[in-house]
Amino acid sequence: MTQSPTTEQVDVGDLSTDDLREMYKTMRLITVTGERAVVEVKAGRLKSAFYPVRGLEGSCAALGSAMRPEDQIVSTYRSLGDALAKRSSLRRIIAEIYGKADGTSKGKGGAMHLHDQEAGFITSTGVVGAGLPIAVGLALAASIRGEKRAVVATFGDGSTSIGAWHEAMNLAGLWKLPVVFVCQNNQWAEHTPIDEYAAVTDLESRARAYGMTTAKVDGFDPIRTARVLSEATARARAGEGPSFVEVVTYRLTGHSGSSDYSYMPKDQLAAATERDPAPAFRRWLLDAEIVDETALEEIDKQVAAEVDDAFEFAQNAPQPNASERYTDVFADERQVPKS
Amino acid sequence: MTATVEPELGTSSTKRMTMAVAMNSALDLAMDRDDSVLLLGEDIADPAGGVFKVTKGLSTKYGTGRVRATPISETAIIGAAVGAALAGMRPVAEIMFMDFVTVCLDQITNHAAKLRYMSGGHSSVPLTIRTTVGEQRFGAQHTQSLETWFMHTPGIKVVMPSNPIDAKGLLASCIADNDPCLYIENISLAYSQKDEVPVKEYFTPLGEAAVTRAGRDVTVITYGPAVHTAVAAAEVLAAEGVEVEVIDLRTLMPLDMDTVLASASRTGRALIVHDAHTFLGPGAEIAAQIANDLFGELKGPVRRVGTGFSPAPYAPSGLDFHPTSDTVAAAICELVDY
Repeated sequence: MTQSPTTEQVDVGDLSTDDLREMYKTMRLITVTGERAVVEVKAGRLKSAFYPVRGLEGSCAALGSAMRPEDQIVSTYRSLGDALAKRSSLRRIIAEIYGKADGTSKGKGGAMHLHDQEAGFITSTGVVGAGLPIAVGLALAASIRGEKRAVVATFGDGSTSIGAWHEAMNLAGLWKLPVVFVCQNNQWAEHTPIDEYAAVTDLESRARAYGMTTAKVDGFDPIRTARVLSEATARARAGEGPSFVEVVTYRLTGHSGSSDYSYMPKDQLAAATERDPAPAFRRWLLDAEIVDETALEEIDKQVAAEVDDAFEFAQNAPQPNASERYTDVFADERQVPKS
Repeated sequence: MTATVEPELGTSSTKRMTMAVAMNSALDLAMDRDDSVLLLGEDIADPAGGVFKVTKGLSTKYGTGRVRATPISETAIIGAAVGAALAGMRPVAEIMFMDFVTVCLDQITNHAAKLRYMSGGHSSVPLTIRTTVGEQRFGAQHTQSLETWFMHTPGIKVVMPSNPIDAKGLLASCIADNDPCLYIENISLAYSQKDEVPVKEYFTPLGEAAVTRAGRDVTVITYGPAVHTAVAAAEVLAAEGVEVEVIDLRTLMPLDMDTVLASASRTGRALIVHDAHTFLGPGAEIAAQIANDLFGELKGPVRRVGTGFSPAPYAPSGLDFHPTSDTVAAAICELVDY
């Protein structure tokens, strides 16, 4: 098992104190929003299939610091962290999860299909592994047009079993596209542990076979993760081809919102929970004397207020109008069959 | 909506060409006019120029950056085309045989077709998928007419031309359209017939059927290769005094039911003919709508002639698969005598 960052690892590279503060805020925002969503689901106020990102906070915050506004991301159904890392509006995301008219997709996408074009959060797929070929296409367009941007595809370790994953990796490697494949290896494919579904559990070695730069990093070390991901996005923007980064983390919850933990080994889960990203990063920021307790408390307060505000906004937002049902099927609504 | 430009037939601005050449011309002109048009598919670059030669010469003219020969990876072809379309390009992806769309059905039906809706209209997927059907000699895994699957999927348009001029105009409209379009080419038709086709770029609007042959007694609703089967049957029956109206749907989604209903209301008799399976084929929906809307005006039941419920047998002789003009003529006679 790898370790959380310690005071010995003070080489923060290009990250400024503001960047580190921002990373902490993103982590807290993901934790608090995710936990609140689960509470709302359990209380019956939020009727949604919700897939928590607890455990991935460090990885998502690191990715957030590695991406620029012009970069694009394709995520998965476990996308809350990626959306917040890409600076999508918390209010509109939560409204979308509630299926409200003010949501990012007017309530037609939902928790598993978050989209926010303005933020460069291009799409998230409900089908495991399906996002990689789409990210390859976005990168192809950027490459043809000479646009200097990185296209990021995030996905869990489970998606490495599906054909689309391999086809996309081959195409990206073959065409040297500006894409960064970020494997959020949380060690679980739904309810099945990695060593029970993968013949080769070293996922980085699979990616190497497709001719791209690869790295494996401890996702509970956000500083190191941010550095590796920044190098990968910079490589993409410079036209130096695709990268694959395996970020090793652990899912701190069951597969879905209020699901069971029975299949997760208790000692494993307990050990991972010890390294819970936001609290661990908070301790490190204090120990390294980068941010003081008062400033951290201020961030915690800000986050709590933002999350409360977003849930209140979403709960009070209007339901979609019934007339919206048949808009956005085709560009021209008149082309939708009447019966 | 796509602007309609009427072709000037029979002038020096037209040329006799096959469907394959007409489609090549549509792709060429679209690429010439719009830098965002991008082709993706197996073997599509020169010197191969595509297995069916529809993309011949285009990579030489526009470069392999925009005419991309891909690995044998249908999921990646369509997925990458979806991504490029999301980025504002107008990709045209080739899936060699329609049977192979089964390999990339997720990308077509879950992603291309749904992204506009699931993004609340913020995303657009102006993607064209070209694919082929129709040759029994390739056997059961190269012959399936799967258009119903896509008509049944909200968000994707389905187009199937029956002649060179529509082949060019409909393909141009698919590329210009802001929704994903599945453009189905019949392999036999692609080389067998030549027609006068405008040399310049022009567009046949999506969602508008054509009355191929006017008649007062029976309406035959059809599309693709079955248009020719129906016309052949109509010509035989004309000698016997039965006047058959043949409607070429050209676009299956959006489906031009206005033209169908107007004709069936006039003739009082409707027969739907297609190469897809009769059982739950496109004709099932069309028949149900005619029966529903024209119940009191019909002189007989709405009938269908399609393909029987078996995989395509390899041996064409003795194991006929698609409708023939004889079976269509017999069905028309039964309706007239009802």
